[in-house]
Amino acid sequence: MTPEELATIRERGQEADARFEKTAYVCVGTSCDALGSAAIAKNLEAELKEAGKDKAVKVKCVGCPGLCALGPLVEVENKATAETEPATLYQYVKPEDAHDIAAAIDGPPVERLRADTDQPFFQRQMKIVLENCGRVDPEEIDDYIALGGYAALEQALTEMTPAQVVDTITRAGLRGRGGAGFPTGLKWATVAKSQPPAVPRTPDDILSRKFVICNGDEGDPGAFMDRSVMEGDPHRVIEGMIIAGYAVGAGRGYVYVRAEYPLAVKRLRAAIRQAQRAGLLGTNILGSAFSFDIDVRLGAGAFVCGEETSLIASIEGGRGTPRPRPPFPAESGLWGCPTLINNVETLANIAPIVLRGAEWFSSIGTEKSKGTKVFALTGQVKNTGLIEVPMGISLREVVFDIGGGLPEGRTFKAVQTGGPSGGCIPAQFLDMKVDYESLAQVGSIMGSGGMIVMDDKTDMVEIARFFMEFCMEESCGKCVPCRVGTTQMHGILARIGDGKASKADLDTLTELCDMVRRTSLCGLGQSAPNPVISTLRYFREEYESKLVKDGNHER
Amino acid sequence: MSVKTLTIDGKAVSAAEGDSVLEAAREAGIEIPTLCHLDGLTDIGACRMCLVEVTGSNKLLPACSTRVAEGMEVRTNTEQLRKYRRMVVELLFAERNHICAACVANGHCELQDVGIAVGMDHVRYDYLYPNLKVDVTHPLYGMDQNRCILCARCVRVCDEIEGAHTWDVLGRGVKARVTTDLNQPWGEAQSCTSCGKCVMACPTGAIFKLGSTVEESVKERGKLAFLKTARDKKQWVL
Repeated sequence: MTPEELATIRERGQEADARFEKTAYVCVGTSCDALGSAAIAKNLEAELKEAGKDKAVKVKCVGCPGLCALGPLVEVENKATAETEPATLYQYVKPEDAHDIAAAIDGPPVERLRADTDQPFFQRQMKIVLENCGRVDPEEIDDYIALGGYAALEQALTEMTPAQVVDTITRAGLRGRGGAGFPTGLKWATVAKSQPPAVPRTPDDILSRKFVICNGDEGDPGAFMDRSVMEGDPHRVIEGMIIAGYAVGAGRGYVYVRAEYPLAVKRLRAAIRQAQRAGLLGTNILGSAFSFDIDVRLGAGAFVCGEETSLIASIEGGRGTPRPRPPFPAESGLWGCPTLINNVETLANIAPIVLRGAEWFSSIGTEKSKGTKVFALTGQVKNTGLIEVPMGISLREVVFDIGGGLPEGRTFKAVQTGGPSGGCIPAQFLDMKVDYESLAQVGSIMGSGGMIVMDDKTDMVEIARFFMEFCMEESCGKCVPCRVGTTQMHGILARIGDGKASKADLDTLTELCDMVRRTSLCGLGQSAPNPVISTLRYFREEYESKLVKDGNHER
Repeated sequence: MSVKTLTIDGKAVSAAEGDSVLEAAREAGIEIPTLCHLDGLTDIGACRMCLVEVTGSNKLLPACSTRVAEGMEVRTNTEQLRKYRRMVVELLFAERNHICAACVANGHCELQDVGIAVGMDHVRYDYLYPNLKVDVTHPLYGMDQNRCILCARCVRVCDEIEGAHTWDVLGRGVKARVTTDLNQPWGEAQSCTSCGKCVMACPTGAIFKLGSTVEESVKERGKLAFLKTARDKKQWVL
């Protein structure tokens, strides 16, 4: 494909879209899909056809628009008034409601199904990564192109040198969205400068001397950010990967997705096939000298494979266990070649940065944390779902404005961020800014973006035990502190929960937390004690109230 | 090959570029305890016994898989490191059923030696007492899971020196086990050449020669280093 052909597809798509007066967006994300949204789309199409409106109203299956708590969601947008008034949002839609929605398509909306769009959940968000989710058909490349997709790739390939792309990402101040927040531009620059090994080691290695890997092995309990992006806007991730490949000089990319995300796998595979057929993947992309291709690799369910060196071992066909770093993958990664590993959300940020410029991106967020962050808001909060907020927003705004606060009669106790690697943040820090540094300061981490709200009935020892059990089960077993240390810590936590532990046990637990954190081989072990450390820091009295009072305790 | 100078525990040491901190320290007579390291095998940094402090790094680094660098300042024996090493050994003793008095490797066991070296007099953690199997299906050798510390030396020696890759690790976390072929009894593992290198490599009594007494169970580690050296120098290439 040439840039001209890309422009033709875009124009044709936009023209086709313009023929419709209205669009009905039906969410087919995992949550709504499970509640039967595919049948809603089918019924809606049939009803519209019967009413003779199928030429005026387009039914479009889209990814997650965010408010999963109210799903299945159908959004009806009127093109003529799209600029001035928000689209009509219908909540808890059932397949049999299709008739009413179709009947009301030109008149006043169906009040019994109508959701309130005039609330902070919609107004306080800022969508960059998710801007297409809920608008683009994830299974149609033409639709993505019509919405401005692959324009960033075209700009990078035709107007920029690889060094300029790296420079743009560096100036934008984007940091890794997988959790640790490593500066993305610096990582890209390192891979771009790394020399591939002199002697190719595998056939793949001959084709490409550097690799780009998209880490889609999202495993934190309660996290579904990357899943929604891969399911709702797969081409955005692919476009980010191609640009990354161009910037660092890689010829091949891998998307590593966990097999537990069948819909994401299906849509990514379909998207890659479409991009290959369109010539956006393969040799001489958009008429340039640059060639790049992508393959999907499935994870077999090990949480540790989200750790980059384990992930590489898994792609190479080995057992998914980490290895000591350095050497970092940027220097020696997949098959010993320099490898760029970025998270799904990081790569989804690339196209808008290239298109709108580094200054635009760096104007959003705080001094050290730029842009937006997607969070999966779950737990004891009214509006569970997927949100995207600018960095620097306060936790209170996220939980009480966007999240709508806790259900009736509950009081806020803590919010857990970062999953099994993160910590619990108590009420006194509600006005804290959400960015990498602030979260680390109070003993939690940004993590990949899970955010679990807890109420006054939550037992913090049980929370710590739950996350420790998760880490214990998911430890790969390679290094001693993580393998045996997590088991011992879990045993003590269970004993505290049962009311059979003594003060000495609590001291042993504290000592083990420090040891496992300092001595474990990879991030899984190093961060496994975080839930315990943070709950001990803020809710120590809960632990102490469960201890056996005097020395007379049974073991 | 260029030479790097560094200080280990305040002592100035020179080492060849590409050497590990562990090699440099041992050459200088500074002992760092190890379990998963074996001369001649690829280091994996799994046991965490050889962790050292390096100035300028906020992380503890495994000496076996950290390369020497010019001007590096290494501390191998601080109070904190000694504490962590002792905890690692205690965790290992609590993990499986290590009963020295009834073990064929008693007196020739690296886990025992390391326990003595770090001054472990008792174990503060709960013994897990797992119910584990003993595999004596092989005509010459036996495998007792109760004594395994998952150092994966058998896995590496079989793969890297013998080239058979009979051994591998199965399962995750505390349920991980070394296993032969596709989790078959050792006696039925067709890839096994019965070379006995895993017996030589095993630091404990987990892999042992059948019918041998405690006195006879001295591990012949020198043979592995000899094989490795001979191969590196291509002594057998005519």
